[in-house]
This record gives sequence, C-alpha cells and structure tokens, in this order.
Amino acid sequence: MSELQFIWFLLIAVLWAGYLFLEGYDFGVGMQFFTVARDQHEREALYETIGPTWDGNEVWLITAGGATFAAFPYWYASLFSGFYLLLFAILMALIYRGVSFEFREYMPTVPGTQIWERLIAIASFIAPFSLGIIFTAMVSGTPIDAKGNLSAGFFDYFTPFTVVGGVAVVLMCYIHGLNYTRIRIDGEMRYRVVKQLKVLYPLLVAGEAVFAVLLFFYTNFIQTKPVATIIILALIVATTVCGWWLTIAKDREVLPFVASGLTLVELVALLFVGLFPRVMVANNPAHDLTITSSSSTPYTLQVMFIVVLTVLPIVLAYQIWSFWVFRKRIVAPKVVE
Amino acid sequence: MQTLVGIVDLARFQFAMTTIFHFFFVPMSIGLGVVVATMETLYVIKKDEIYKKMTQFWGKIFLLSFAVGVVTGLIQEFQFGMNWSAYSRYVGDIFGAPLAVEALVAFFAESTFLGLWSFTWDRFKPGIHLIFIWVTAIASLLSSLWILAANSFMQNPVGYAIDNEKGRAVLTNFGELLLNKQLWVEFPHVIVGTLVTAGFIVAGMSAFKLLRLKKNDQQVPFFRKSINIALTIGLVGIVGAFITGDQHAFDLQSMQPMKYAAMEGVDESINSADRKDKAQPWALLSVTNPKTHKSIAKIEIPYVLSILGNHSLTGGNTKGTLELNKEFEKEYGKPSGYVKDYYVPENTLFFAFRIMAMGAGLLALVALVALWFNRKKSNLILTQRWFLWVLGVMTFFPFVVNSAGWIVTEMGRYPWVVYGLMTVADAVSPNVSVASLLTSNILYFLTFSTLGGVMIWISRRVLIAGPDAPEEEEATTERDPYDDLTGKEAKA
Repeated sequence: MSELQFIWFLLIAVLWAGYLFLEGYDFGVGMQFFTVARDQHEREALYETIGPTWDGNEVWLITAGGATFAAFPYWYASLFSGFYLLLFAILMALIYRGVSFEFREYMPTVPGTQIWERLIAIASFIAPFSLGIIFTAMVSGTPIDAKGNLSAGFFDYFTPFTVVGGVAVVLMCYIHGLNYTRIRIDGEMRYRVVKQLKVLYPLLVAGEAVFAVLLFFYTNFIQTKPVATIIILALIVATTVCGWWLTIAKDREVLPFVASGLTLVELVALLFVGLFPRVMVANNPAHDLTITSSSSTPYTLQVMFIVVLTVLPIVLAYQIWSFWVFRKRIVAPKVVE
Repeated sequence: MQTLVGIVDLARFQFAMTTIFHFFFVPMSIGLGVVVATMETLYVIKKDEIYKKMTQFWGKIFLLSFAVGVVTGLIQEFQFGMNWSAYSRYVGDIFGAPLAVEALVAFFAESTFLGLWSFTWDRFKPGIHLIFIWVTAIASLLSSLWILAANSFMQNPVGYAIDNEKGRAVLTNFGELLLNKQLWVEFPHVIVGTLVTAGFIVAGMSAFKLLRLKKNDQQVPFFRKSINIALTIGLVGIVGAFITGDQHAFDLQSMQPMKYAAMEGVDESINSADRKDKAQPWALLSVTNPKTHKSIAKIEIPYVLSILGNHSLTGGNTKGTLELNKEFEKEYGKPSGYVKDYYVPENTLFFAFRIMAMGAGLLALVALVALWFNRKKSNLILTQRWFLWVLGVMTFFPFVVNSAGWIVTEMGRYPWVVYGLMTVADAVSPNVSVASLLTSNILYFLTFSTLGGVMIWISRRVLIAGPDAPEEEEATTERDPYDDLTGKEAKA
C-alpha cells in the first residue's frame, strides 16, 4: 500500500465523517417536524434553521461518492451495485426530501403543506437508517465473488447487527438534530427538546452497549484490532455521556452539539479503522477488497490529491462563513388559541 | 443470455429516462441563474425596484428548478456504480476524477451561495447580495464543464492508456482530458442551450401572464420588460447554438462518422467528385428501413450538405452507414451477443437532429418577432393575442429541443459506452437483478411524473399570483445569541 492510497482511504473516511456530522443534524431536524414542532409556525421555524445550509451539507455525500469513484473505482463499483436497493432507498429519500423543502412553501392549504412536511420527516428517517445498514453490513461481511461482485439477499443486509446499526445512526442523528435545534431555536420548542434529550440520551448509551456486543459477534474488529477498537468504542460512549451531562447538568448548548457530532465522527472512525486495510469485507476472506487492490493508479490519486489540497480549504472557509451568517436564533410566534 | 439482455435494456432505459428528466431541469436552472443574475445586476446598476421584483419573482422558478435538478443529479452519480459497475471498474481511474472535481469546485459553491442568496435579501447590501447569485451562476457553469469533460471522454476518449494486466483504462494525462476537442464543442453548445431554455421559459410564462392581464394593468410593464431581457439573452443563445452546433457537426465527421451519417440520413456513401454537380445533397427527409439499413424514402436538396459539412458550395465526402458498419467490423471484429451490428438507430437520430436544428430556427424566428412586437413604442405584443399564444407554447419547446440534442449525442454513440473501447453490454452491472432494475425504473417513473406535474402546477400558481403577491407574512423572528452573551437587548 502506498502513502497516497492510505491518504485517500483517510480522505474518504473524512468525507463520510464530515457528511454525517453536517447532514446528521439536518436529518435530525427533518425528523423533528412532527415530533418537536406542533404547528405550522414551529415547522416553518425548524425549516428556517436548516433551509440555507442543508443543500451544502448534502454535497459532502456527492463528494464522498465522487471521490470513492475516482480513488477506489473497484470499491465504488462493488459497494453501489451490491447494495442496490438500499442505495435506491437513500436516493428516493434524498429526492423527496430535497424537493419537499421547496414545494412545501407553495402549497395553498395547510394539509397540502403537511404532505411535503411528512415526506421530509419520513425521508429524514429512511436515509440515515439505510446508511447505517449499509455501513454495518459492509464491515460484517457479504457474499462477494472473486471479481468483486456482491450478490446479497435480504438476510445478508438485515441482521440484528445491521438493524441495530441503522437504528443507532438514526438515533445519533436525531439527538444531534435536537442539539442543533436547541442552539438555533428560541421559545417553547427548546424546552420540549430538553425533555426529549433526557429520555433519549440513556437510550443511546444502552444502544451503544448493545452495538459493541454485536460488533464482537458480527465482525472481527475486536479479535484483530482489540486495542484500537475498544478505545474508539469507549470514546463513543464517553462522548455521548459527556454530551448528556453537559446538557442536563450544565445546561450548555454548543458543546453537546459538538459532542453529538463527534459520536457520528467516531462511529465512522470505528468502521474505517476496523476495515483497514480492507475496503469491503467478504464472507470469504480471499475475496476481500483491499485498499491496494481497489484503488486508482498513482497518477490519478496524485492529481486528485492536488485538487483536494487546493480546493478543500476554500470550500471549508466559505461553508464555515455561511454557518456564521446564519447563526441567529429563530423564534416561532406564539399561537394564541 | 436472456437475462443479460433484460438487464442491459432496463439499465439503458433507466439511464435514458433519468438523464432526460435530469436534463429538463439542468439547462433550466443554469440558464435561469444567468437570467436572474442579469436582472439583479440591472437592479444594482439602475436602482429601479422593478428589477428587484423581477429578480425575486423569477428567482422562485429558478429555486424550484434548482431543487429538482440537484436531486435528480444525485441519481446520475450513483447510477454508474449501481447499474454500470463493470463500466465503473473499467474507466473509474479516469471518469471518477471529473465527477469528484465537479463536487469540490462547483457543487459546494453552488449550494452554499444559493443558500446565502435566497435567505439574505434583507441582510446584505445589494452589491454584496449580487455577488452570491453570480457565484452560484458561475459555479453551475463550471459544474457543467466538469460533467461534460466526463461525457466527452465517453464520446472521444483521450489522455488514457490500457492496462492489460488489470483490464482497465488508466489516466495518463489529466490535461488532455480537459483539452478534449469534443469537450470544447460540447460545452459551449450546452451553455448557449441553457440561455435559450431560460430565455423562452421567462418569455413564454410572461406571455401566458399577459394573456390574462388587462392592457392597463400595472403588472404589464413588469412582464414586457421580462420578455425583453429574457429574449435578448435567449437570442444570443440561439446565435451561439448555430455557431457551436455547426462546428460540433463538422467535427463529428472525423470523430464519430457513424453518428454524422445517421444524423444526415446518408446510407450509401457520397463521393462528391463522382457526382454531376460535384456536391453533396442534403436530406430534408429520410426514412431508413431498420432491418436493411437502406433508405426507403428520401427528399434531397442539392448542395446543402456540402455547405454544412464541407463549408463550401461543392465538394466533401460523407461515408454512409452501410460502408461504416463494414469498416467497424474490420476494425473491432464482428459484434456478438447483445451487440448485433455497429449501426446506430438511424431514424431516431435523423429526426432528433432535425427537431433540434429546425427547432432552434423556429425559436430564433419567434424571438425576433417577439422583440419587434415588444418595442417600447409599440403595443403589438398586447394586441396580437395569437402571438402571445405562440410565445406561451414556446415555454415548453426548448425542453424538446434539448432532449433531442442529447438523444443525438448519446444514442449516436451506440453500441459504445466509451467510443471504440467498451460496449454498453460489457458495461452493465452483472450482479444486479432484473427485479431490482424493474422496481427502480417504475418508482423513478412515478417519481418523475409527480415531480414534473407538481413543478408545472406550482409554476402556474406562482405566475397567476404575480410579482405583487403579498409576501408570506414574516412569521418568524430572529435573535442573535451574541446579543444574549453581551447582555444587549435582543433585536427582533
């Protein structure tokens, strides 16, 4: 494995981590359209917190996809064709979510608006759930043949481990979104958010414990890389507990948001550390796709690396600036009944 | 290999459907970006509120088209891995790069600055706010440059070598990929096409609106001005389309002769030196028998193909499809399996090409008449109601023309995915089931019908409400958390 190949493996991990950190919160806010907001004004306020930035967040996914295509074409081909229906579900979710944000504003009646808002909520659930399943299935081993073609049936995708993985990603995104709502919303909704956080944080910690146990049975992470795996698992739990404590005991807002984002980042770290030096885990270890066997040529990796090195800092600069522009709290008007 | 045929057909159908639907909205949003940015520029220069209203009104249609364009673009990126995994493995070393670069240099800027633009009307000075829309517009032009760099590689592969050991094409020169001759005819041609599209959408919708308005309605000047701005941009686009299109077709003779021959309905090779008039005749109409690949009916105009293809009154030779098929068989071997011969769908190409070229001519005519009728001192645009109908119907026409253009480009490449290197049958994912493809095809179709229908319905509502529609009441307010920290009174 060359240094460049390793750097690209890292970069792909960074892109996924960035994607989950950013779109994680707008998935979370999307799911809250009917669990936190109670009327149209509150849904409008929730929408305004993510309206200007969700699209930019989604580009992290497009970049992750494109970068995998460019740097590891064999990985891209096996992953995307192998998890066909799950990726299709993600695409459908992202399509309906994306247009619903626009369409809802032009509906003449409240029920009309709510059709699209319900779609946003459902899609914001389906996308992270499917992503969670793909990630956990990818690391727990799937039927891949010698050519790298993955042909899996329903029970290869859906195991107790992958379902817990899917639920975990959804819950992490939801809590991440609650923390975001707390920062960006003023008024009554913030109290509802804290109430939910009080219930959900212990649930997440318990879920993470279950996930850790299943990880032992469904992957070889703990067997092959015990130290790194256990450290990251401990970090995930610790970060969650820390966010919980900061929210409930200290009444802090920004730090718990950072913490919930970090748990998503750590989850990606766990998966990528476990994968290394593989990129796809096959049931038959001889058919594993590795960083070395699935990557592009050194020339492509080098050209692309130069492009990333020049462009990514600029992208980060203006994205961060746009978050700063939209830092103010949104207040939904009180409805007097 | 019955199942393989099923997979290839379904995957091809999906590619055609998703690309055409995606390409309804891409030129619309790229072009509208330029039109809206022009309107806002006029506002900043002239400080006339009417231009601000115009920017915001047409901005709504722009934002809608952008949303649909972005989400359908996601399909395109994922599709290569999902349906065409063999292709992705074969050319990933080359093809993935422009896609990734597109996301990095263009998509991020587009989406971030569009968010800034649409949510900060009251927060920045007009001059600063104007920068946001121009960054968005320029970034979307850039994104089409990178996407077309990828497509151009499929049409005219350059900057690569074949790695026989791994059985794939590898990138040898990134610069060549960007200097691809095909790219620099395709990219300008697409860009001017976006201007035509947006121009006629704005003008056509304005015409529909004028049909509903009384002559002295206060909204009349708004829509008349919109027509002038839009059609000026549109006309620039059409002139550009003719120039770039001519060059494009000219280059095809050497790059993809089969596509060129089919577009012009040439089955038997034409050698102008052998002809009495020493020129190539141009087929106004040509119907080809899809089995024998010979022309059944033909109406020809002398000299014209020499003018178009040879840029002179006489001379020039065009190899016919029959001869080219034999040449390809010699070069690439007898086709087998899914690929039966090297012919492209001749009739489809012939008519699609004429719809595109003649459609552009029709649009040019309509634009000129509209601009004449809409002169400052004339009221013809209001009195000639038949013409408003014509202009209104033209809203939808650029979509037909654009799709025809892509059909020529993509179907004319058959049976290749990468010209001369890889056929469609070899490119498809071998592990994807017919059931999966069928499911996704049906759901895509239903989704696209819904999205298209809702788009038209919403656009119509926006248009009827007009630019003076009361702004949705400012329901939410904002508080700066920074004020909380410093103990200042929160500003509403």
